[in-house]
Amino acid sequence: MSYKVIIIDDEPLARSVVKEYLQKHAQLELVEECSNGFEGVKAVQQHQPDLIFLDIQMPKITGFEMLELIENPPHVIFTTAYDEFAMQAFEANAVDYLLKPFSQERFDKAISKWMEKNKTTDSKATENLLKEAARHPQQNERIVVKTGSKIKIIPVQEIHYLEAADDYVKIITAEGAFLKKQTMGYFEDVLDGSLFVRTHRSFMVNIQEITRIDPYEKENHVALLKSGAKIPVSRAGYPKLKSILGL
Amino acid sequence: MAVSPFQSKKFMVPFSLFWFVWISAHQLALYKMGLDWFTALTDSVVSNTLLIWGTWLVFTILRYYLPRKEGIFNLFLLVIVLTAAWFFAKTFIMNAIYPKNSVYMQIRNTTLPLRIGIAFLINGCVTMFAYAYYNWQEKAEADKQKTEAEKLTREAELFKLRQQLQPHFLFNALNSINALISIKPDEARKMVQQLSEFLRTTLKKEEKQWLKLDEELHSLQLYLDIEKVRFGNRLTTRIEADVDALTMQLPALLLQPLVENAIKFGLYDTTEPTQISIRAMAENNELKVVVENPFDAETSPAKKGTGFGLSSVQRRLFLLFGRNELLQTETKENIFITTVMIPQPQTINEEVQQ
Repeated sequence: MSYKVIIIDDEPLARSVVKEYLQKHAQLELVEECSNGFEGVKAVQQHQPDLIFLDIQMPKITGFEMLELIENPPHVIFTTAYDEFAMQAFEANAVDYLLKPFSQERFDKAISKWMEKNKTTDSKATENLLKEAARHPQQNERIVVKTGSKIKIIPVQEIHYLEAADDYVKIITAEGAFLKKQTMGYFEDVLDGSLFVRTHRSFMVNIQEITRIDPYEKENHVALLKSGAKIPVSRAGYPKLKSILGL
Repeated sequence: MAVSPFQSKKFMVPFSLFWFVWISAHQLALYKMGLDWFTALTDSVVSNTLLIWGTWLVFTILRYYLPRKEGIFNLFLLVIVLTAAWFFAKTFIMNAIYPKNSVYMQIRNTTLPLRIGIAFLINGCVTMFAYAYYNWQEKAEADKQKTEAEKLTREAELFKLRQQLQPHFLFNALNSINALISIKPDEARKMVQQLSEFLRTTLKKEEKQWLKLDEELHSLQLYLDIEKVRFGNRLTTRIEADVDALTMQLPALLLQPLVENAIKFGLYDTTEPTQISIRAMAENNELKVVVENPFDAETSPAKKGTGFGLSSVQRRLFLLFGRNELLQTETKENIFITTVMIPQPQTINEEVQQ
């Protein structure tokens, strides 16, 4: 039985260490090396690896953001030099990680741990990890989405509003709408509460985009945005919106 | 500005009490000498109201003008002038009320030297008290400022420690060495030496210290060489300095965070090869250093202009020179440009020599 492995790290020497340590494990076959998250997404989709070695701090998108873009992400062993925030997230979700520089022994231990775990997939851990990682200081100011084969980085202040759409959330910006496979609850957790308000079960709005709030039907309201969009404000959402706007 | 004691209850209660007792005593003394109750009261009230005004005047004057040790004689003058003014004002008022050879005038004339003496003493005491009070206040204010300045220094020191350690940089560099050991041992050895030299020069530097530009550029070069090993072909650097700028001076560790910031944005904001350039020149007797790095205008909005690294540099420049405009950033297409001006006053040269 052989397993497919991918290394994703922006530093060539860091990749070469993993490659070197992998030589001891004949059952692990290195199928590709990637130097950033964009290449990583592509490679993972193409090869469907069993295991990836993933760095956190990489150009453009972090390792966490890369994972968000992949449906059913493979097992991951994180490799990082120093990132207090990431380490907290790993510890909290019992995900294995290697602190650079690491030894062959420590590497072997991570592999055998994975071998045991491989039989029982735990996608919940990855999900929780990503949720936590979304608060990473480097990430909480932007959202990374995939449109077709392209990857788009949206700075949060450019978002007009978010709308729930089945299993997805529609992110509306001046450039158009982008879909992200997430829940509204997730964005409510992750986005800055002083900038985004959940005005309705299915809507979250960037308060800087609001120009007016009008009454609508009986006890509801509607928020008018600069773009002209009208966002429903529910009975529960109205007081939240009022207090944040300081009305 | 010092606070006037007249606004505090703690002062006003004993102050009023004292004058109440004093006015009564004054009245009683005159009564014992043979004046009637009403005349004694009139004299006491007029005399002491004038003195209270004098007290208020002393506190007001000293609030705005607190003499140093050399000016203490002025306080003595102030007491004499006050006493004289009190004397003339009181004589003028009482003369207007009582006829020339009344019992009151006789008693007044016999007690005159004593009363002038007492007024002089009271004015003297009040002045001394006001002087001590405002001096104490000034000292408390200075102490507060000193504590605050010390706190800032401590924070700067802590920050410096963190800057020096740069765990992310350090561990990644060690990881590169770990990789090189098995594939290119000679380069591993070279990198250990570069890293050691960089750490040594950084640790040696003091926040207060001023360095010549060429020394600072040398340690920046070491830093960039280490980063180049880490990032391979992706990172190229260019350091240029005018000859007359090389001997100019700058505070230690001022450029390091700027270059770190350039690396961070240049290398993590694009996936393309990155060139970091540092140019130094002399301009109007100031040292000008320009750091440039590429960035992605689309995903890093301009508000990121002053990241953490830059705001700390701005703060340091302000603490050193009291000027806020020494650090400027701008963007030109996809290049982020940081410009820092470092004044070179004569006094700095003297400090360096000390």
